[in-house]
Amino acid sequence: MASRTLTLFDDGRVVAVEAAVEGDSISISPDTLERALGWELKPQGLCRGDACFPVRDRAALLRAHGIDLGTFARLLDRPFAADAEAGVAVLGTPAADRASQIASMEAPDFTLPDLEGRLHSLRDQRGKKTLLIAWASW
Amino acid sequence: MDDARPYIERAAPRHPALIDVEHVTADLFNIINVPTMIWIDERGRIVRPNDVQFGSDLFVAITGRPSEPFLAAVRAWVREGTGGLAPEEVRPYQVLPSREQQEGRAEFTLAWHLHRTGRRAAAERHFRRAGELAPGDWTIRRASLPIRGIDPMASEEFLALWQEGAPRYPAPELPGVATKAGV
Repeated sequence: MASRTLTLFDDGRVVAVEAAVEGDSISISPDTLERALGWELKPQGLCRGDACFPVRDRAALLRAHGIDLGTFARLLDRPFAADAEAGVAVLGTPAADRASQIASMEAPDFTLPDLEGRLHSLRDQRGKKTLLIAWASW
Repeated sequence: MDDARPYIERAAPRHPALIDVEHVTADLFNIINVPTMIWIDERGRIVRPNDVQFGSDLFVAITGRPSEPFLAAVRAWVREGTGGLAPEEVRPYQVLPSREQQEGRAEFTLAWHLHRTGRRAAAERHFRRAGELAPGDWTIRRASLPIRGIDPMASEEFLALWQEGAPRYPAPELPGVATKAGV
């Protein structure tokens, strides 16, 4: 088991947390889970605010060195990619969340920079028709 | 960002031209290829789903998709308010992301970060994994080619992708296209 700083992408946000690495498994302490990701392991399950997900196999989630991130991701149905050796992990947005947003027809807001670094949000265009064009410079 | 700069500076658009290094919009809108167009109305509602369309005829010989029907439809939408669709007309054409697709996007984010922080061998492994998880997504498979030092226009890797077929969306026909094609 090695202790190291983990760069963790949480749905676009990036945080640096202390983690325990053993083989391909990455664990963080329950305290770190709460502080960095806002989730708490309670008797009723994995909770954020009032919402709790039941945890059937507690031993798979809470291991000797903390909360196993891969198991955490699976419980919440979140996409997860990690490179334990490099100390980087990515928790994405569940397909179901993305799907329901798209199917709602409400264009999801985003904020991105232009070439000068000025930030623009899709919602700034409200009141005007907007043609969203995704292109690449290949 | 510097890759996109010459294109934007030359076009000098009057609309915002934004840089999406992390593929935020691909994730939010389930964009799987470029150029992808999405029509959004004054209330922020999607009125035409993801569609591959072209603003110029630069690649028309390859794509077989002239820009004029699309540009005419956009002009009519802006000027006359025609061509936008109701939610129940848009919905059947929307492709929603699968679990594997989202896993692929997470792998791409990981690979891209590893690449930028100099861990090229690890990045290569995760770029490949991302492509395996989301085989129909060129914002992952083709976009990773130049990052990995592979020509995205004329390499063996690109030709192999091209032979599989460029990802498209099941988009509704453009207003007026059927009539014009019949003339």
